[in-house]
Amino acid sequence: MSAILSVKDLSVTFDVRPQGAWPWTPPLKLHAVSEMSFDLEAGQCLGVVGESGSGKSTLARAIVGTVPTSGGQVNFEGGDLASMGPAERRVHRRDVQMIFQDPLAALNPRMTVGEIIAEPLVTHEPGVSREERKKRVRELMERVGLLPNLINRYPHEFSGGQCQRIGIARALILKPKLLICDEPVSALDVSVQAQVVNLLMELQRDMGLSMIFIAHDLSVVKHISDQIIVMYLGRQMEMATAETLTTVPEHPYTQALISSVPIPDPVLEKARVRPVLEGELPSPLAPPSGCVFRTRCPKAQNSCAGDRPAMQALGNGHFVACPYHQAEEVLAAS
Amino acid sequence: MSLLNIEDLRVSFTTADGDVNAVNGVSFAIDAKETLAIVGESGSGKSQTAFAAMGLLAKNGRATGKVMFDGTDLLTLSERQLNKVRSKQVSMIFQDPMTSLNPYIRISEQMAEVLMLHKGMSKSDAIADSARMLDAVRIPDARNRVRSFPHEFSGGMRQRIMIAMALLCQPKLLIADEPTTALDVTVQAQIMQLLGEIRDEFGTAIVLITHDLGVVAGFCDRTLVLYGGQIMEDGPTDTLFADPSHPYTHGLLRAVPRLDRADSELATIAGEPPDMSRLPKGCPFTPRCAMRRDNCAADRPPLVDFAGDRRRSCHIPIKEVV
Repeated sequence: MSAILSVKDLSVTFDVRPQGAWPWTPPLKLHAVSEMSFDLEAGQCLGVVGESGSGKSTLARAIVGTVPTSGGQVNFEGGDLASMGPAERRVHRRDVQMIFQDPLAALNPRMTVGEIIAEPLVTHEPGVSREERKKRVRELMERVGLLPNLINRYPHEFSGGQCQRIGIARALILKPKLLICDEPVSALDVSVQAQVVNLLMELQRDMGLSMIFIAHDLSVVKHISDQIIVMYLGRQMEMATAETLTTVPEHPYTQALISSVPIPDPVLEKARVRPVLEGELPSPLAPPSGCVFRTRCPKAQNSCAGDRPAMQALGNGHFVACPYHQAEEVLAAS
Repeated sequence: MSLLNIEDLRVSFTTADGDVNAVNGVSFAIDAKETLAIVGESGSGKSQTAFAAMGLLAKNGRATGKVMFDGTDLLTLSERQLNKVRSKQVSMIFQDPMTSLNPYIRISEQMAEVLMLHKGMSKSDAIADSARMLDAVRIPDARNRVRSFPHEFSGGMRQRIMIAMALLCQPKLLIADEPTTALDVTVQAQIMQLLGEIRDEFGTAIVLITHDLGVVAGFCDRTLVLYGGQIMEDGPTDTLFADPSHPYTHGLLRAVPRLDRADSELATIAGEPPDMSRLPKGCPFTPRCAMRRDNCAADRPPLVDFAGDRRRSCHIPIKEVV
């Protein structure tokens, strides 16, 4: 298998002007994403987890091409995103589609569901006739579990779960190769969340989609992904298969994250020893030197403040950015 | 004797589109030092139950029934009398710690006000006490930071401040409405640990309102499952999670992906949460229930006791809910 998406040393920085600063003071650099590298195999799902402010949404936007990158490469099917001409970019935009967290806010309230789903088709395939377009919209609505006779309704008439289905239909109408889901289920109720997760998994399997699934809920990410990347303050901490990452995590941050996730089983949950992570996320404007996690890391040494730890390969696609890594079974297998 | 006893609580809101019945006959009691979870999805009436009990309903809301606390019915009290009960006896913390704190006023002023009003303390004493309480909820450098403004704290810290403020008068009951929903998991673990310590240290009874079954599992003695403003099931957390007696609880528990298990496909509950202005006459879960029977839509099943300390509201015999 070949990689459909290959990201190398990707960095995204934003200029931030502190409040009350003089116009001529140079702006501060906010490193939202720093030196991320990974490959996504065709037909696979890559999960990205991290807490708020870890840069996971910025990563998604950089891959879609809606924020400028400040270093590194995003290679989609062999072409580098930064060096693409307008025509190639148009193709890239068609092949890479995205669904968003707030399902209602992502839909234009003054367009009908049919117009919303058909809009990408109008933009990218203007040759398609009106009847053909309508036919494809109806087919897709049925496919994502919406009644096709709702085609003339407006978004506010739908519930959150249904709006997310509309968002999914809009993303899939052009038959993209890569689907990026940015927290697609975190605004939904548990029972509806399961419906949308199952739908996404089904669509991925049937349409041979490659997928990047971004969420803060590790349980959901683990369920849907083949590979998982753990991010902290814009940097990759660990990358492994979903199974390996959740059973034998190597990085102290991954271990802390897993031990923080509550499990809906009272017997198991009350028996768990939970080393609670102290402190909070440092400011991304002034990240700690060396390893960004060292200020909260239970295993931090003096040397952690020195060089930034590089990603080490442990075999089987398992990478970890910590010189003191040690496999630990945080969850006792049940 | 129970600390808080709610009997047949009903809450409805008058809106332009007709009456919305958010809570439809909820009865439960909580004992001193007990932790009770109220679990439900959005629109299940879990927050409105608490708001009604605390007299915090929106202007178009009406509550009927009884909310007995220490022998008095809170629903009959005037605003003035209610203010004495709130914070001294019962306190509440909310989901979004930023919107619950006044952004223009220093933390010291906001916290001291509580003590000055309810305990008649002098301002300097009140501020000193506030700092001590901030220290108890692990705000680093509390003595200096008590003079900060809310925006100078992170989300997790703000929630700690809210907890500190709620505990100032040492209430017997703390109602926590989705206290960790807006927070990251590692911060959530910190806050839940803190709430656990507070329960052990001050002996406060806690009502935890949440949609997160994982948080409930590790924290609460007893769990109450709400759907469509009605109690579906109620019982000790351990047994309720181990063998749920209601099709809704059963489905809910299987719809959550678990980190410790490799589950191939998530079980789903078909359909969407109900429209509260058009609830079926019978069991509100009927349209989504895979096991529904002919009489479910018309007859509301009574909440019946079983197995000693559990209650359920369902027409289907327990044996068939597996």
